[in-house]
Amino acid sequence: MNGLVTDQELVRRAKAGELEAFELLAGRYERPVYSLARRIVQQDQDAEDVTQQTFLSALEHLDGFREEASFSTWLLRVATHAALKVMRKRKGLPTVSLEAATEPPEGYDTVPHPEYIADWRESPEQLVGRNETARRIEAALNELDEKHRVIFLLRDVEGLSVRETAEALGLSEANVKVRLLRARLQLRERLTREFGDPARRFEPHRHKPAK
Amino acid sequence: MKCEELLAMLNEYVDGGVDPGVCEQFEQHLAGCNPCQVVVDNIRQTITLYKDGRPYELPVQFRERLHLALRQRWKEKHGSSEGAG
Repeated sequence: MNGLVTDQELVRRAKAGELEAFELLAGRYERPVYSLARRIVQQDQDAEDVTQQTFLSALEHLDGFREEASFSTWLLRVATHAALKVMRKRKGLPTVSLEAATEPPEGYDTVPHPEYIADWRESPEQLVGRNETARRIEAALNELDEKHRVIFLLRDVEGLSVRETAEALGLSEANVKVRLLRARLQLRERLTREFGDPARRFEPHRHKPAK
Repeated sequence: MKCEELLAMLNEYVDGGVDPGVCEQFEQHLAGCNPCQVVVDNIRQTITLYKDGRPYELPVQFRERLHLALRQRWKEKHGSSEGAG
């Protein structure tokens, strides 16, 4: 952000009633917000609705933003809530909360073990750079179920901490951690089946339980 | 350390959150276990792939509609006389 006005400064000016500052903030974050929304709701029109709702809501509640989190984290949290609301409506579920924070964390013992293990044929940079492979990478993410996808997006794509992710979703940190592990392992499995080199494949070690 | 134990700590290891003693055990295991070493590499690559991946483009027409809606709402809230450039 060298040489640019900081978010904090823009927030301050927007709070003081300066529309231009708010529009600069919107310009800064419309793409990440749209992208996050698009990846949660998996549909263009709904992603647009969620993005618009997010910024309208930010406009409405800016005075209440107490800057305990960064502006971007706050915004991504608002966007996540709006996107999950769309998903619940689509499924015909009541639009209350994602999943109760009281839900017991899933255990590590049931985390599926890696099956297909191989070195990849190409580097991540090469893979992201080509339309065809970029499309398959996006498809792998879309195949994750919602509760794992959202956590992976907030933590690994948007760079929220485990704690911020937990707060944004109303989940315990323990729950976020185990879901994040599942998400990463599932993506690894799918991508390695796509991009792994069969000539450099390894059989998983099997540790048989002691009798 | 067994592969299962390594799996349970994979996040913390990759994100740099394990204490030095455990980290050493983890790395000892990796040094002698090719499959786990490759899984750790794969996980790192997986994260990089999405972190550095290309976000969706905002459709141009939508961007215009969005800013129009924001300006309208802003004027309703703050009054149209000031600062609406």
